Amino acid sequence: MSELGVNHLLGIKYLKKEDIDLIFKTADHFKEVINRPIKKVPSLRDITIANLFFENSTRTRLSFELAEKRLSADVINFSAASSSVKKGETLIDTVNNILAMKVDMVVIRHPNPGAGIFLSKHVDASIINAGDGTHEHPTQALLDSYSIREKLGEVKGKKVLIVGDIMHSRVALSNIFALKLQGAEVKVCGPKTLIPKYIESLGVTVETNLIKALEWCDVANMLRVQNERMEISYFPTTREYTQQFGLNKQILDSLNKQIVVMHPGPINRGVEITSDVADSKQAIILDQVQNGVAVRMAVIYLLASKINR
Amino acid sequence: MSQKMLLNSKEINIILRRLACQLVENHPNFENTVIIGIQPRGVFLANRIIQLLEEEYGFKNIESGQLDITFYRDDFRRSLKPLEANKTKIDFIVEDKQVIFIDDVLYTGRSIRSALTAIQSFGRPKEIELLTLIDRRFSRHLPIQPDYNGRQVDAINDELVKVHWKEIHGEDAVYLLPTAKIEQEAIPQKKDTK
Repeated sequence: MSELGVNHLLGIKYLKKEDIDLIFKTADHFKEVINRPIKKVPSLRDITIANLFFENSTRTRLSFELAEKRLSADVINFSAASSSVKKGETLIDTVNNILAMKVDMVVIRHPNPGAGIFLSKHVDASIINAGDGTHEHPTQALLDSYSIREKLGEVKGKKVLIVGDIMHSRVALSNIFALKLQGAEVKVCGPKTLIPKYIESLGVTVETNLIKALEWCDVANMLRVQNERMEISYFPTTREYTQQFGLNKQILDSLNKQIVVMHPGPINRGVEITSDVADSKQAIILDQVQNGVAVRMAVIYLLASKINR
Repeated sequence: MSQKMLLNSKEINIILRRLACQLVENHPNFENTVIIGIQPRGVFLANRIIQLLEEEYGFKNIESGQLDITFYRDDFRRSLKPLEANKTKIDFIVEDKQVIFIDDVLYTGRSIRSALTAIQSFGRPKEIELLTLIDRRFSRHLPIQPDYNGRQVDAINDELVKVHWKEIHGEDAVYLLPTAKIEQEAIPQKKDTK
Protein backbone atom coordinates (compact mmCIF):
# COMPACT_ATOMS: atom_id res chain seq x y z
CA MET A 1 0.00 0.00 0.00
CA SER A 2 1.30 3.42 -0.86
CA GLU A 3 -1.65 5.66 -0.18
CA LEU A 4 -3.58 6.56 2.97
CA GLY A 5 -7.13 5.31 3.30
CA VAL A 6 -8.28 8.72 4.56
CA ASN A 7 -8.30 12.26 3.14
CA HIS A 8 -8.04 13.95 6.55
CA LEU A 9 -6.30 13.02 9.78
CA LEU A 10 -9.09 13.63 12.26
CA GLY A 11 -8.29 10.90 14.74
CA ILE A 12 -6.57 7.55 15.08
CA LYS A 13 -10.06 6.07 15.29
CA TYR A 14 -10.42 6.53 11.52
CA LEU A 15 -7.12 4.90 10.59
CA LYS A 16 -6.32 1.31 9.74
CA LYS A 17 -3.21 -0.60 10.73
CA GLU A 18 -1.91 -0.26 7.13
CA ASP A 19 -2.26 3.53 7.32
CA ILE A 20 -0.08 3.64 10.42
CA ASP A 21 2.48 1.34 8.79
CA LEU A 22 2.62 3.60 5.74
CA ILE A 23 3.00 6.73 7.87
CA PHE A 24 5.88 5.13 9.81
CA LYS A 25 7.60 3.89 6.65
CA THR A 26 7.39 7.37 5.16
CA ALA A 27 8.54 8.93 8.44
CA ASP A 28 11.67 6.75 8.32
CA HIS A 29 12.63 8.48 5.08
CA PHE A 30 11.92 11.92 6.50
CA LYS A 31 13.89 11.17 9.63
CA GLU A 32 16.88 10.59 7.35
CA VAL A 33 16.09 13.88 5.56
CA ILE A 34 15.99 15.96 8.76
CA ASN A 35 19.39 14.63 9.76
CA ARG A 36 21.04 15.82 6.53
CA PRO A 37 23.13 18.98 6.31
CA ILE A 38 20.29 20.51 4.29
CA LYS A 39 17.12 19.35 5.96
CA LYS A 40 14.65 20.23 3.30
CA VAL A 41 12.89 18.63 0.31
CA PRO A 42 10.92 20.50 -2.36
CA SER A 43 7.93 18.10 -2.54
CA LEU A 44 5.19 20.45 -1.34
CA ARG A 45 6.29 23.66 -3.00
CA ASP A 46 2.84 24.15 -4.56
CA ILE A 47 0.89 23.53 -1.34
CA THR A 48 -0.21 26.15 1.17
CA ILE A 49 -0.99 25.12 4.72
CA ALA A 50 -2.78 27.13 7.40
CA ASN A 51 -2.03 26.39 11.04
CA LEU A 52 -5.10 27.40 13.02
CA PHE A 53 -4.47 27.32 16.72
CA PHE A 54 -7.50 28.20 18.82
CA GLU A 55 -5.70 26.93 21.89
CA ASN A 56 -2.22 27.47 23.27
CA SER A 57 0.60 25.28 22.04
CA THR A 58 4.35 25.54 21.69
CA ARG A 59 5.68 22.13 20.81
CA THR A 60 2.92 20.96 18.47
CA ARG A 61 2.73 24.26 16.60
CA LEU A 62 6.47 24.53 16.14
CA SER A 63 6.68 20.89 15.15
CA PHE A 64 3.95 21.26 12.52
CA GLU A 65 5.42 24.49 11.22
CA LEU A 66 8.86 22.98 10.95
CA ALA A 67 7.50 19.85 9.25
CA GLU A 68 5.66 22.02 6.71
CA LYS A 69 8.72 24.14 6.02
CA ARG A 70 10.97 21.10 5.67
CA LEU A 71 8.59 19.97 2.92
CA SER A 72 8.78 23.42 1.28
CA ALA A 73 5.08 24.19 1.76
CA ASP A 74 3.94 27.78 2.19
CA VAL A 75 2.75 28.32 5.72
CA ILE A 76 0.40 30.78 7.35
CA ASN A 77 -0.15 30.88 11.08
CA PHE A 78 -3.16 31.95 13.00
CA SER A 79 -3.75 32.08 16.69
CA ALA A 80 -7.14 32.80 18.13
CA ALA A 81 -5.88 35.28 20.68
CA SER A 82 -5.04 37.88 18.01
CA SER A 83 -7.82 37.24 15.50
CA SER A 84 -11.35 38.16 14.52
CA VAL A 85 -12.61 35.19 16.51
CA LYS A 86 -12.55 37.66 19.36
CA LYS A 87 -14.97 39.82 17.35
CA GLY A 88 -17.47 36.96 17.17
CA GLU A 89 -16.68 35.26 13.86
CA THR A 90 -17.80 31.61 13.60
CA LEU A 91 -15.35 28.76 13.00
CA ILE A 92 -16.66 28.00 9.49
CA ASP A 93 -16.52 31.68 8.50
CA THR A 94 -13.00 32.04 9.81
CA VAL A 95 -11.81 28.95 7.96
CA ASN A 96 -13.65 29.73 4.72
CA ASN A 97 -12.11 33.17 4.68
CA ILE A 98 -8.69 31.63 5.03
CA LEU A 99 -9.45 29.06 2.34
CA ALA A 100 -10.58 31.84 -0.01
CA MET A 101 -6.93 32.81 -0.06
CA LYS A 102 -6.25 29.44 -1.76
CA VAL A 103 -5.11 27.28 1.12
CA ASP A 104 -4.92 23.52 0.50
CA MET A 105 -4.57 22.11 3.98
CA VAL A 106 -5.60 23.13 7.48
CA VAL A 107 -3.96 22.06 10.73
CA ILE A 108 -6.36 22.84 13.53
CA ARG A 109 -6.15 22.81 17.29
CA HIS A 110 -9.37 23.69 19.02
CA PRO A 111 -10.73 23.43 22.59
CA ASN A 112 -13.95 21.78 21.41
CA PRO A 113 -13.96 18.01 20.77
CA GLY A 114 -14.92 17.27 17.17
CA ALA A 115 -13.89 20.67 15.76
CA GLY A 116 -11.77 19.00 13.06
CA ILE A 117 -14.49 16.54 12.12
CA PHE A 118 -17.00 19.38 11.88
CA LEU A 119 -14.67 21.38 9.63
CA SER A 120 -13.93 18.42 7.37
CA LYS A 121 -17.66 18.19 6.60
CA HIS A 122 -18.06 21.85 5.76
CA VAL A 123 -14.92 23.11 4.09
CA ASP A 124 -12.97 22.04 1.03
CA ALA A 125 -9.48 21.34 2.35
CA SER A 126 -7.49 18.54 3.91
CA ILE A 127 -7.82 18.75 7.69
CA ILE A 128 -5.27 17.60 10.24
CA ASN A 129 -6.43 17.52 13.84
CA ALA A 130 -3.69 18.87 16.09
CA GLY A 131 -5.76 18.28 19.22
CA ASP A 132 -9.48 18.84 19.70
CA GLY A 133 -10.35 19.39 23.35
CA THR A 134 -10.40 16.17 25.33
CA HIS A 135 -11.02 14.05 22.22
CA GLU A 136 -7.99 13.13 20.06
CA HIS A 137 -4.45 14.23 19.30
CA PRO A 138 -3.58 11.80 16.50
CA THR A 139 -0.11 13.05 15.54
CA GLN A 140 1.05 12.84 19.17
CA ALA A 141 -0.10 9.22 19.37
CA LEU A 142 1.63 8.44 16.08
CA LEU A 143 4.90 9.94 17.20
CA ASP A 144 4.63 8.12 20.54
CA SER A 145 4.16 4.78 18.78
CA TYR A 146 6.91 5.65 16.31
CA SER A 147 9.27 6.35 19.20
CA ILE A 148 8.38 3.04 20.88
CA ARG A 149 8.96 1.25 17.55
CA GLU A 150 12.31 2.99 17.19
CA LYS A 151 13.40 2.17 20.74
CA LEU A 152 12.03 -1.36 21.10
CA GLY A 153 11.88 -2.59 17.50
CA GLU A 154 8.15 -2.95 17.29
CA VAL A 155 4.95 -1.93 19.03
CA LYS A 156 3.16 -5.28 18.71
CA GLY A 157 3.11 -7.25 21.93
CA LYS A 158 4.65 -4.45 24.01
CA LYS A 159 3.10 -3.53 27.35
CA VAL A 160 2.40 0.18 27.52
CA LEU A 161 1.29 1.98 30.65
CA ILE A 162 -0.37 5.38 30.49
CA VAL A 163 -0.28 7.23 33.80
CA GLY A 164 -2.20 10.31 34.87
CA ASP A 165 -5.26 12.21 33.87
CA ILE A 166 -6.85 9.74 31.48
CA MET A 167 -10.21 11.47 31.52
CA HIS A 168 -9.14 14.82 30.12
CA SER A 169 -6.30 13.55 27.99
CA ARG A 170 -6.63 13.49 24.21
CA VAL A 171 -3.10 12.08 24.18
CA ALA A 172 -4.30 9.09 26.23
CA LEU A 173 -7.31 8.40 24.00
CA SER A 174 -5.38 8.64 20.73
CA ASN A 175 -2.58 6.54 22.21
CA ILE A 176 -5.01 3.85 23.31
CA PHE A 177 -6.49 3.65 19.79
CA ALA A 178 -3.07 3.65 18.13
CA LEU A 179 -1.48 1.10 20.47
CA LYS A 180 -4.42 -1.31 20.36
CA LEU A 181 -4.49 -1.08 16.55
CA GLN A 182 -0.85 -2.12 16.44
CA GLY A 183 -1.35 -5.01 18.84
CA ALA A 184 0.15 -3.60 22.05
CA GLU A 185 -1.25 -4.23 25.51
CA VAL A 186 -2.38 -1.08 27.25
CA LYS A 187 -2.93 -0.35 30.95
CA VAL A 188 -3.97 2.97 32.44
CA CYS A 189 -3.11 4.17 35.90
CA GLY A 190 -4.20 7.25 37.81
CA PRO A 191 -6.54 8.57 40.46
CA LYS A 192 -9.93 6.85 40.19
CA THR A 193 -11.56 10.22 39.72
CA LEU A 194 -9.56 10.75 36.53
CA ILE A 195 -10.21 7.35 34.95
CA PRO A 196 -13.38 7.28 32.83
CA LYS A 197 -15.95 4.72 33.88
CA TYR A 198 -16.11 2.82 30.59
CA ILE A 199 -12.41 2.93 29.72
CA GLU A 200 -12.21 -0.88 29.87
CA SER A 201 -14.57 -1.09 26.90
CA LEU A 202 -11.64 0.17 24.80
CA GLY A 203 -9.75 -3.00 25.66
CA VAL A 204 -7.44 -1.53 28.27
CA THR A 205 -6.94 -2.59 31.88
CA VAL A 206 -6.94 -0.32 34.91
CA GLU A 207 -4.50 -0.30 37.82
CA THR A 208 -4.47 2.24 40.62
CA ASN A 209 -1.20 1.17 42.19
CA LEU A 210 1.65 2.82 40.32
CA ILE A 211 4.38 0.42 41.45
CA LYS A 212 2.38 -2.65 40.38
CA ALA A 213 1.62 -1.04 37.06
CA LEU A 214 5.27 -0.12 36.47
CA GLU A 215 6.37 -3.67 37.28
CA TRP A 216 4.05 -4.85 34.50
CA CYS A 217 5.02 -2.47 31.71
CA ASP A 218 7.76 -2.10 29.07
CA VAL A 219 6.95 1.55 28.46
CA ALA A 220 5.47 4.15 30.80
CA ASN A 221 3.89 7.22 29.24
CA MET A 222 3.59 9.81 32.02
CA LEU A 223 0.88 12.34 31.17
CA ARG A 224 0.83 15.91 32.31
CA VAL A 225 -1.59 16.93 35.03
CA GLN A 226 -3.87 19.26 33.08
CA ASN A 227 -4.97 21.78 35.67
CA GLU A 228 -6.49 23.97 32.95
CA ARG A 229 -9.07 21.32 32.05
CA MET A 230 -10.15 20.64 35.62
CA GLU A 231 -13.01 22.83 36.76
CA ILE A 232 -13.31 20.95 40.01
CA SER A 233 -10.72 19.25 42.14
CA TYR A 234 -10.16 15.61 41.15
CA PHE A 235 -7.49 14.96 43.74
CA PRO A 236 -6.83 16.66 47.08
CA THR A 237 -3.47 18.29 46.35
CA THR A 238 -0.74 18.18 43.72
CA ARG A 239 1.58 16.91 46.44
CA GLU A 240 -0.66 13.96 47.12
CA TYR A 241 -0.86 13.21 43.39
CA THR A 242 2.92 13.23 43.18
CA GLN A 243 3.20 10.89 46.16
CA GLN A 244 0.87 8.35 44.59
CA PHE A 245 1.37 8.72 40.85
CA GLY A 246 4.62 10.62 40.39
CA LEU A 247 7.62 8.77 38.98
CA ASN A 248 10.95 9.37 40.67
CA LYS A 249 14.40 7.86 40.28
CA GLN A 250 14.03 5.76 43.40
CA ILE A 251 10.96 4.00 42.02
CA LEU A 252 12.52 3.66 38.58
CA ASP A 253 15.67 2.04 39.98
CA SER A 254 13.70 -0.31 42.24
CA LEU A 255 11.98 -1.98 39.26
CA ASN A 256 13.31 -5.34 38.16
CA LYS A 257 13.72 -4.20 34.54
CA GLN A 258 14.66 -1.14 32.53
CA ILE A 259 11.49 0.48 31.31
CA VAL A 260 11.23 3.25 28.71
CA VAL A 261 9.86 6.54 30.06
CA MET A 262 7.86 8.85 27.81
CA HIS A 263 6.16 12.19 28.32
CA PRO A 264 4.17 14.18 25.75
CA GLY A 265 5.31 17.48 27.25
CA PRO A 266 5.19 20.07 28.60
CA ILE A 267 6.59 18.49 31.76
CA ASN A 268 5.55 19.64 35.20
CA ARG A 269 8.91 18.77 36.70
CA GLY A 270 8.49 17.37 40.18
CA VAL A 271 4.79 16.60 39.66
CA GLU A 272 4.28 13.66 37.28
CA ILE A 273 7.99 12.94 36.91
CA THR A 274 11.03 14.27 38.69
CA SER A 275 13.88 16.00 36.88
CA ASP A 276 16.31 13.12 37.34
CA VAL A 277 13.85 10.76 35.62
CA ALA A 278 13.08 13.21 32.83
CA ASP A 279 16.78 13.66 32.14
CA SER A 280 17.73 9.99 32.60
CA LYS A 281 18.85 7.63 29.85
CA GLN A 282 15.62 5.71 30.10
CA ALA A 283 13.59 8.77 29.11
CA ILE A 284 13.05 9.26 25.37
CA ILE A 285 11.24 12.57 25.73
CA LEU A 286 13.51 14.50 23.37
CA ASP A 287 13.50 11.63 20.85
CA GLN A 288 9.74 11.97 20.85
CA VAL A 289 10.10 15.64 19.94
CA GLN A 290 12.51 14.90 17.09
CA ASN A 291 10.33 12.07 15.79
CA GLY A 292 7.36 14.44 15.95
CA VAL A 293 8.74 16.45 13.04
CA ALA A 294 9.41 13.35 10.91
CA VAL A 295 6.00 11.82 11.64
CA ARG A 296 4.20 15.09 10.91
CA MET A 297 6.13 15.44 7.65
CA ALA A 298 4.95 11.95 6.71
CA VAL A 299 1.31 12.73 7.53
CA ILE A 300 1.36 16.03 5.64
CA TYR A 301 3.17 14.51 2.65
CA LEU A 302 0.79 11.56 2.40
CA LEU A 303 -2.32 13.71 2.74
CA ALA A 304 -0.99 16.29 0.28
CA SER A 305 -0.37 13.58 -2.31
CA LYS A 306 -4.13 12.97 -2.32
CA ILE A 307 -5.13 16.57 -3.00
CA ASN A 308 -6.70 16.98 -6.47
CA ARG A 309 -5.93 13.46 -7.54
CA MET B 1 2.62 -9.14 -27.75
CA SER B 2 6.03 -10.51 -27.03
CA GLN B 3 8.98 -8.72 -25.56
CA LYS B 4 12.19 -8.26 -27.50
CA MET B 5 15.58 -8.85 -25.94
CA LEU B 6 17.91 -5.92 -26.56
CA LEU B 7 20.93 -7.17 -24.62
CA ASN B 8 21.73 -10.57 -23.24
CA SER B 9 23.86 -11.45 -20.25
CA LYS B 10 27.09 -11.67 -22.24
CA GLU B 11 26.57 -8.32 -23.94
CA ILE B 12 25.74 -6.64 -20.64
CA ASN B 13 28.90 -8.09 -19.13
CA ILE B 14 31.04 -6.65 -21.95
CA ILE B 15 29.35 -3.26 -21.64
CA LEU B 16 29.82 -3.16 -17.85
CA ARG B 17 33.53 -3.84 -18.27
CA ARG B 18 33.83 -1.11 -20.86
CA LEU B 19 31.99 1.37 -18.60
CA ALA B 20 34.25 0.47 -15.66
CA CYS B 21 37.25 0.95 -17.94
CA GLN B 22 36.06 4.38 -19.03
CA LEU B 23 35.54 5.40 -15.41
CA VAL B 24 39.09 4.40 -14.52
CA GLU B 25 40.36 6.39 -17.49
CA ASN B 26 38.83 9.59 -16.11
CA HIS B 27 39.25 8.83 -12.41
CA PRO B 28 42.64 7.16 -12.10
CA ASN B 29 42.62 6.83 -8.32
CA PHE B 30 39.02 7.38 -7.15
CA GLU B 31 40.34 9.35 -4.19
CA ASN B 32 38.00 12.28 -4.54
CA THR B 33 35.31 10.46 -6.50
CA VAL B 34 32.06 9.08 -5.13
CA ILE B 35 29.59 6.79 -6.85
CA ILE B 36 25.89 7.43 -6.29
CA GLY B 37 23.31 4.88 -7.44
CA ILE B 38 19.91 6.38 -8.17
CA GLN B 39 17.15 4.48 -6.34
CA PRO B 40 15.66 2.08 -7.01
CA ARG B 41 17.12 0.49 -10.14
CA GLY B 42 20.34 2.44 -10.54
CA VAL B 43 21.62 0.87 -7.34
CA PHE B 44 22.02 -2.58 -8.93
CA LEU B 45 24.09 -1.13 -11.76
CA ALA B 46 26.16 0.93 -9.31
CA ASN B 47 26.91 -2.15 -7.22
CA ARG B 48 28.02 -4.08 -10.32
CA ILE B 49 30.30 -1.28 -11.44
CA ILE B 50 31.82 -0.95 -7.96
CA GLN B 51 32.32 -4.72 -7.83
CA LEU B 52 34.17 -4.62 -11.17
CA LEU B 53 36.32 -1.69 -10.09
CA GLU B 54 37.30 -3.54 -6.93
CA GLU B 55 37.85 -6.95 -8.47
CA GLU B 56 39.40 -6.03 -11.80
CA TYR B 57 41.24 -2.85 -10.95
CA GLY B 58 42.04 -3.43 -7.29
CA PHE B 59 40.41 -0.28 -5.95
CA LYS B 60 39.52 -0.52 -2.29
CA ASN B 61 36.89 1.34 -0.31
CA ILE B 62 35.34 3.32 -3.13
CA GLU B 63 32.94 5.75 -1.48
CA SER B 64 29.41 5.07 -2.62
CA GLY B 65 25.85 5.89 -1.71
CA GLN B 66 22.24 5.50 -2.75
CA LEU B 67 20.10 8.49 -3.56
CA ASP B 68 16.32 8.43 -3.52
CA ILE B 69 14.71 11.18 -5.58
CA THR B 70 11.05 10.67 -4.67
CA PHE B 71 10.69 13.86 -2.64
CA TYR B 72 12.42 15.89 -5.39
CA ARG B 73 10.35 14.71 -8.35
CA ASP B 74 8.41 17.23 -10.41
CA ASP B 75 5.38 14.99 -10.85
CA PHE B 76 4.22 14.90 -7.21
CA ARG B 77 0.38 14.79 -7.33
CA ARG B 78 0.55 14.52 -11.14
CA SER B 79 1.43 10.88 -11.69
CA LEU B 80 -1.29 8.26 -11.73
CA LYS B 81 0.30 6.10 -9.09
CA PRO B 82 1.20 7.45 -5.65
CA LEU B 83 4.96 7.81 -5.42
CA GLU B 84 6.71 5.47 -3.05
CA ALA B 85 9.99 6.48 -1.49
CA ASN B 86 13.13 4.38 -1.21
CA LYS B 87 16.05 4.63 1.13
CA THR B 88 18.68 7.30 0.75
CA LYS B 89 22.01 6.23 2.15
CA ILE B 90 24.79 8.78 1.83
CA ASP B 91 27.04 8.81 4.88
CA PHE B 92 29.36 11.53 3.66
CA ILE B 93 29.33 15.09 2.41
CA VAL B 94 29.83 15.52 -1.34
CA GLU B 95 31.35 19.00 -0.95
CA ASP B 96 34.08 19.47 -3.58
CA LYS B 97 33.91 15.83 -4.66
CA GLN B 98 33.55 14.35 -8.11
CA VAL B 99 30.18 12.63 -8.13
CA ILE B 100 29.19 9.91 -10.59
CA PHE B 101 25.44 9.31 -10.85
CA ILE B 102 24.54 5.82 -11.99
CA ASP B 103 21.10 4.88 -13.33
CA ASP B 104 19.98 2.01 -15.52
CA VAL B 105 17.88 3.80 -18.15
CA LEU B 106 18.06 7.46 -19.18
CA TYR B 107 14.70 8.37 -20.67
CA THR B 108 13.08 11.80 -20.20
CA GLY B 109 15.91 13.06 -18.01
CA ARG B 110 13.50 14.08 -15.26
CA SER B 111 14.86 11.58 -12.73
CA ILE B 112 18.37 12.93 -13.23
CA ARG B 113 17.05 16.49 -12.95
CA SER B 114 15.56 15.50 -9.57
CA ALA B 115 18.80 13.79 -8.56
CA LEU B 116 20.75 16.95 -9.37
CA THR B 117 18.52 18.86 -6.95
CA ALA B 118 18.59 16.11 -4.32
CA ILE B 119 22.36 15.81 -4.19
CA GLN B 120 22.61 19.47 -3.21
CA SER B 121 21.32 18.49 0.23
CA PHE B 122 24.66 16.78 0.78
CA GLY B 123 26.90 19.65 -0.24
CA ARG B 124 28.22 21.29 -3.40
CA PRO B 125 29.99 18.74 -5.59
CA LYS B 126 32.94 19.81 -7.69
CA GLU B 127 31.54 17.98 -10.69
CA ILE B 128 28.74 15.55 -11.48
CA GLU B 129 28.90 12.92 -14.22
CA LEU B 130 26.25 10.51 -15.41
CA LEU B 131 26.64 6.85 -16.27
CA THR B 132 23.73 4.89 -17.76
CA LEU B 133 23.37 1.42 -19.19
CA ILE B 134 20.66 2.39 -21.68
CA ASP B 135 20.22 5.80 -23.27
CA ARG B 136 16.82 6.20 -24.88
CA ARG B 137 17.83 9.02 -27.15
CA PHE B 138 15.17 11.16 -28.86
CA SER B 139 12.98 10.81 -25.74
CA ARG B 140 14.50 13.58 -23.67
CA HIS B 141 12.39 16.33 -22.07
CA LEU B 142 15.41 18.11 -20.65
CA PRO B 143 18.92 18.93 -21.85
CA ILE B 144 20.62 16.06 -20.00
CA GLN B 145 23.07 13.61 -21.62
CA PRO B 146 25.11 10.73 -20.21
CA ASP B 147 28.91 10.95 -19.90
CA TYR B 148 29.29 7.17 -19.96
CA ASN B 149 26.77 5.23 -21.95
CA GLY B 150 26.21 1.49 -22.36
CA ARG B 151 23.93 1.29 -25.37
CA GLN B 152 21.76 3.78 -27.21
CA VAL B 153 18.25 2.63 -27.92
CA ASP B 154 15.71 4.20 -30.24
CA ALA B 155 12.38 3.31 -28.73
CA ILE B 156 9.05 5.04 -29.22
CA ASN B 157 7.28 6.51 -26.23
CA ASP B 158 4.76 3.69 -25.82
CA GLU B 159 7.53 1.17 -25.45
CA LEU B 160 9.22 0.34 -22.19
CA VAL B 161 12.86 -0.58 -21.73
CA LYS B 162 13.24 -2.90 -18.76
CA VAL B 163 16.57 -3.94 -17.29
CA HIS B 164 16.70 -7.26 -15.46
CA TRP B 165 19.43 -8.02 -12.92
CA LYS B 166 20.58 -11.39 -11.74
CA GLU B 167 20.21 -10.30 -8.13
CA ILE B 168 16.45 -9.81 -8.34
CA HIS B 169 15.19 -11.20 -11.65
CA GLY B 170 17.51 -14.20 -11.89
CA GLU B 171 19.12 -13.07 -15.15
CA ASP B 172 20.99 -10.16 -16.69
CA ALA B 173 19.07 -8.88 -19.70
CA VAL B 174 17.53 -5.79 -21.25
CA TYR B 175 14.09 -6.10 -22.80
CA LEU B 176 11.97 -3.87 -24.97
CA LEU B 177 8.33 -4.23 -24.00
CA PRO B 178 5.84 -3.23 -26.71
CA THR B 179 3.23 -1.34 -24.70
CA ALA B 180 4.54 0.37 -21.65
CA LYS B 181 2.98 -0.28 -18.36
CA ILE B 182 3.14 3.22 -16.98
CA GLU B 183 6.06 2.97 -14.64
CA GLN B 184 8.00 5.53 -12.70
CA GLU B 185 9.87 7.01 -15.65
CA ALA B 186 6.96 6.99 -18.05
CA ILE B 187 4.94 10.07 -18.91
CA PRO B 188 1.64 10.24 -17.09
CA GLN B 189 -1.29 9.79 -19.45
CA LYS B 190 -3.44 12.23 -17.54
CA LYS B 191 -2.55 15.46 -19.25
CA ASP B 192 -2.54 18.97 -17.88
CA THR B 193 -3.55 18.02 -14.38
CA LYS B 194 -3.14 20.78 -11.91
